[in-house]
Amino acid sequence: MSSIEHYDVAIIGAGPAGLAAAATAAEHGARVVCIDANDQPGGQFWRHRPEETHPADDGSLHHDWKTYLRLRERFDAALGGSLRFYAGRHVWMAQREESGFTLRTTASAQAGRAAPGPQTVRATRLVVCAGGYDRQLPVPGWDLPGVMAAGGIQAFIKANGMLPGKRFVVAGTGPFLLPVAANLADAGGAVAAVCESADLTGWFPHLATAARVPAKALEGAAYAKSFLKHRIPYRTRTVVTEVLGSDRVQAVRTAKVDSRGRTVPGSERLIEDVDAVGFGWGFTAQLELPVALGAETRVDDDGSLVGVVDAQQHSSVPGLYLAGEVSGVGGAALAVVEGLIAGRAAAAATAARPSAAESSAADPRLVRKAATYRAFARAMHLAHPVPAGWQDWLRPDTTVCRCEEVTAGDIAAAKKHLCATDARTMKSMTRTGMGWCQGKVCGFAVSCLAGAEGASAESLQSVAKRPVGVPVTLSELLTLEDEQVLEITTDH
Amino acid sequence: MSHKINATFNNRPLTAEDGTTVGAALMANGVTSWRNTRKEGKPRGLFCGIGVCFDCLVEVDGEPNQRACMVRLTDGMRVNGAVTDTAEKEA
Repeated sequence: MSSIEHYDVAIIGAGPAGLAAAATAAEHGARVVCIDANDQPGGQFWRHRPEETHPADDGSLHHDWKTYLRLRERFDAALGGSLRFYAGRHVWMAQREESGFTLRTTASAQAGRAAPGPQTVRATRLVVCAGGYDRQLPVPGWDLPGVMAAGGIQAFIKANGMLPGKRFVVAGTGPFLLPVAANLADAGGAVAAVCESADLTGWFPHLATAARVPAKALEGAAYAKSFLKHRIPYRTRTVVTEVLGSDRVQAVRTAKVDSRGRTVPGSERLIEDVDAVGFGWGFTAQLELPVALGAETRVDDDGSLVGVVDAQQHSSVPGLYLAGEVSGVGGAALAVVEGLIAGRAAAAATAARPSAAESSAADPRLVRKAATYRAFARAMHLAHPVPAGWQDWLRPDTTVCRCEEVTAGDIAAAKKHLCATDARTMKSMTRTGMGWCQGKVCGFAVSCLAGAEGASAESLQSVAKRPVGVPVTLSELLTLEDEQVLEITTDH
Repeated sequence: MSHKINATFNNRPLTAEDGTTVGAALMANGVTSWRNTRKEGKPRGLFCGIGVCFDCLVEVDGEPNQRACMVRLTDGMRVNGAVTDTAEKEA
């Protein structure tokens, strides 16, 4: 028989937004539960080595580690009182009922040490701080071992204190490529090149906006220093059009792109003796739970589907708050501010503390800060678009959906002959997005390939619609039956 | 503090520093792929590195379909590469 725990506020995720939301909600008197798939707090941004084996992380691989330590202090202080933290558990399904939300959880790493925690949690308010992951575009050879998500490489270094290769090429677009390359070099790896598809002149129209966030310029200067020190070549308007190797990465082919984002014929170059490649084309928000709950979504300036929120981070679903990348990809500093706002709003809205409801309006200083960071994020998105000509480097045999091994040729044929012009129809016709990851990796690319004019909101939403957020075992589905019996018995 | 962990991969010794994931332990031991895809039998290892893509599946202590990037290596752990039927037939 499964147990159900009840809380005022549930927070999903313990990264920058989740830590801030959980600590704030608990400090405002709510009974709070925080659930995270990783085995300790920090999320991807502040992922660090296991605290029991490496208790004194000096934060040398991290940006803004002091903010993390401060948030962690508040989080840990609340743990003794009104906050419960369940690490190593995925929320695989969220449902809304009259009295709030029901969350079903499963251990995220069942082998070894199964993480303790309740299978089912109920809460009056829900704050989803699920974060995001690297957005990917397919390229010939991207399924070779040695190719990783840029963020995956960084997570690997931060979590394990070692490198997943020796000589790297980091490619894609956005300022995030910089810390990844700097981390690689600082950890002793060789970086053969950082290929940025955008032309940095794209920042020119946004310099005033960027100047309002001086911390970002300082951060950029630190990376520039690291690049100079380690002699890392930073190539703009350059893309990786092919990864070469037989059973693992051996080389990459690069090409220049023109001002319209099209690859320039004859500009190809071969970079040899490469054993690892990191790709990142911005981020995809982890949106399946908000979408499953019916939250309104929009396509943001970066082309990613994100949740719609008001000034208090409240979504279109009563009682559901979204903070961090799920309400718009904007980085850790913005995520923390949104978490602070959402945590306070969610706690104030619970019946447990009617007095707090009086001060439920968001702190105007935080609202202003969030607006400044969001403006910076918008500038970043506009200056680092996905290059318009990316589909040109696909070949008919290029894998697009890694799980089901669906090729660009399969997709083109389904579009031409089977009228598959959106991701959902493409899924039915070709099995794209029907494998283990449920389209999390290929969803954006398939939406672009299927549509006439890129990825539409409807297409992206159909990809994000996954009532079961992560794969679960049949025995876990069976516990739902047990639970209903339990509910009926308690009613008597 | 950290010490060496002794485990096995496909019944051969696998040693790594305590606190690393199964995926990192394999990489540290020079293993970059440990699974073959169902259709084409292609080699796969780590890709997303954070539990999203399910490319890095391994069998751990008899439990199939475990993500090598999410499971931490422990003493005596038995890790096996997940080679599918198609790949076995082709091999």
